[in-house]
Amino acid sequence: MYNKQHLDPHDDTSAQRPDFMPYQNNGGTVVAMGGEDYCIVAATTRLGLGFAIPTRNVCRYAILNDRVVLATAGMYADTVALHKVVTARVKVYQQQQEKPFGLFSAAQLLSNTLYYRRFFPYYTFNVLGGLDQDGQGFVYGFDAIGSGEKVKVVCNGTAQALIQPILDNQVEKKQQYENKQIEKWSLQEALDLVKDVFTSAGERDIYTGDAVDICTVTKQRGVVVETFPLKKD
Amino acid sequence: MGDSILTYNGGCVLAMAGKNCVAIAADRRFGVQQTTIGTDTTRIFKINDRLMLGLTGLRTDVITLYHRFVQRLNLYRLREEREIKPASFSNMVASTLYSRRFAPYFVEPVVAGLTEKGEPYLCAQDLLGAPLFAQDFVVSGTCAESLYGTSETFWKPDLSPAELFEVTSQSLLAAVDRDCLSGWGAVVHIITLDGIETKFLKARMD
Amino acid sequence: MSQLQGFGGFQFDLLERNEKLKEKGYQVPTARKTGTTIVGVVFQDGVVLGADTRATSDTTVFDKNCEKIHYIAPNIYCCGAGTAADTENTTALISSQLKLHRLNSGRESRVTTALTLLKRMLFRYQGYVSAALVLGGVDFYGPHLYTVYPHGSTDRLPFVTMGSGSLAAMSVFESKYKDDMSRAEAEQLVYEAISAGIFNDLGSGGNVDLCVITRGHTEYMRGYAKENERLFRKPQGYSFPVGTTSILSSIFEKSLAHTPSVTDPESSFSMAVD
Repeated sequence: MYNKQHLDPHDDTSAQRPDFMPYQNNGGTVVAMGGEDYCIVAATTRLGLGFAIPTRNVCRYAILNDRVVLATAGMYADTVALHKVVTARVKVYQQQQEKPFGLFSAAQLLSNTLYYRRFFPYYTFNVLGGLDQDGQGFVYGFDAIGSGEKVKVVCNGTAQALIQPILDNQVEKKQQYENKQIEKWSLQEALDLVKDVFTSAGERDIYTGDAVDICTVTKQRGVVVETFPLKKD
Repeated sequence: MGDSILTYNGGCVLAMAGKNCVAIAADRRFGVQQTTIGTDTTRIFKINDRLMLGLTGLRTDVITLYHRFVQRLNLYRLREEREIKPASFSNMVASTLYSRRFAPYFVEPVVAGLTEKGEPYLCAQDLLGAPLFAQDFVVSGTCAESLYGTSETFWKPDLSPAELFEVTSQSLLAAVDRDCLSGWGAVVHIITLDGIETKFLKARMD
Repeated sequence: MSQLQGFGGFQFDLLERNEKLKEKGYQVPTARKTGTTIVGVVFQDGVVLGADTRATSDTTVFDKNCEKIHYIAPNIYCCGAGTAADTENTTALISSQLKLHRLNSGRESRVTTALTLLKRMLFRYQGYVSAALVLGGVDFYGPHLYTVYPHGSTDRLPFVTMGSGSLAAMSVFESKYKDDMSRAEAEQLVYEAISAGIFNDLGSGGNVDLCVITRGHTEYMRGYAKENERLFRKPQGYSFPVGTTSILSSIFEKSLAHTPSVTDPESSFSMAVD
């Protein structure tokens, strides 16, 4: 049926594409924790879509170099695109400058890359972890448009609400008001904590499951990746 | 969640089972969306010496329902000349909520108590009264997800009343500290066969 | 008294208020739904019903081990999918009507009676009572298996599935079902169908529950397969020594010898001690 109104270039309602849905939620959870001489960056491997599991084994982390790792939850297509951009920028920098790309620079690069798309963002929730020049572990948490914060420990993704309070309570002892003693976590203890919180989240969040890739960054060994199994239901 | 009427006033409840004891805990905030109005709210009510009821959701419905339950319980006592069992009380709550299936009260109740044998009894329901029985813990309220995370991690079987108090308190406080609609003080009740111990906790007031 | 206890049926006293809230833009809260896999199959001398045990609300698992196979009569059971409150109450209501019928007639309940009561009730509520059911049992006429849809329509088939995992489960049935299976074969088939739902549908999970009904005998196997137990706990656990949490004040109310006394509701609101 011919409708003149729909051809009017000044009628901006005719330009709407209400069925254009560029985003989808693929779930996933990422955690990063920094220690004295190590950093842990972990990401689940289940790709969820509605009530379906298209794939059980996707890679949500990107090793930027032997001391910086990025992990991303949210939409998987955007995750892949973002990782491609960031890893390429890091490689180019390292080739041209002939020196490794630092953790703090990586945080800035990621923030800029995300904010560059302020009004059509990557639907991604990032954590970035690694070692600084002295080999000390630090982590950053970001929102989808590049607002980030340097923290001790951070979680992003579908199980954020389940995991973050546990980390607050255990790592920073935030609920102890008297005689608070913040102990240093050894690498093994930290790994056990990360495995435990993912196992807990896997019990209650339907998008967290199958397995979690745990990247351990140390000065001696660089980045070592371990795949830890979670429940498959 | 967004503008759900269940999150209009905020608040949460957590109940956990121990060895011959149960704990039921809640925050103390009363808010209107993002604004905090009160910090001395009671949302856990004593039903009898071994049974308590926690109600989260729309505050007006919490109070109305509590008064309805007290009325029905008083009539139950006069007729039966005994205290109500946890399972019977859960059914009373569930049937009251389901009778409003198509125009519900906006509350999510938690029933926690000890059976005649001194075993823990936990039952959480949704706003239509669908019961959920658990051997470990039950949660409700605006930070239910966070409470599931902390409880799933910190809870273990056969806790003594003193241990149960610590686990419940830490699980609750850690969760409410990440939720802007709950918090502003907390209270924990530990129910044993000897009686009910009530502790008010120090918490972040922001 | 009638106001207080009612004569059954739904009450609508809060309808006007709730509609006003909806008008003002407050979302109507969602009830807990059971994203579910439920199935049933007929074999040589009976029926096998199966269900997963996960109850979800949005993307969070609320119950890891809930019971989705409901008792209707000693020889009839019913799996429920949909809104948890509806499946629970619908099956309980029909179960109670059948019990009264048995007490009146002195005869075993028939599956078709249960089916008729269920479909009449669901049809009356025009789909607003959202219960999707798999009804199975053995009576005087032999084994029967039905599905009941929320609007009250029914199917009578040798193998059926329902819920969000129904497609995963049906794929197993379609490839492996045979007529006149033995009991062991039927149990294995139902177990595989439910497992397909548990592992491939995010709304389903947990354990496999089975219920085998044969003439004069019913076996309810809660936790027939438990393949989703927690895999890991931090070896040293979490310790919260006594005194970890700071306390402002504490009161102990000693248990009285359980003497019933009427309560003043206002007393509960004055409990605060600061």
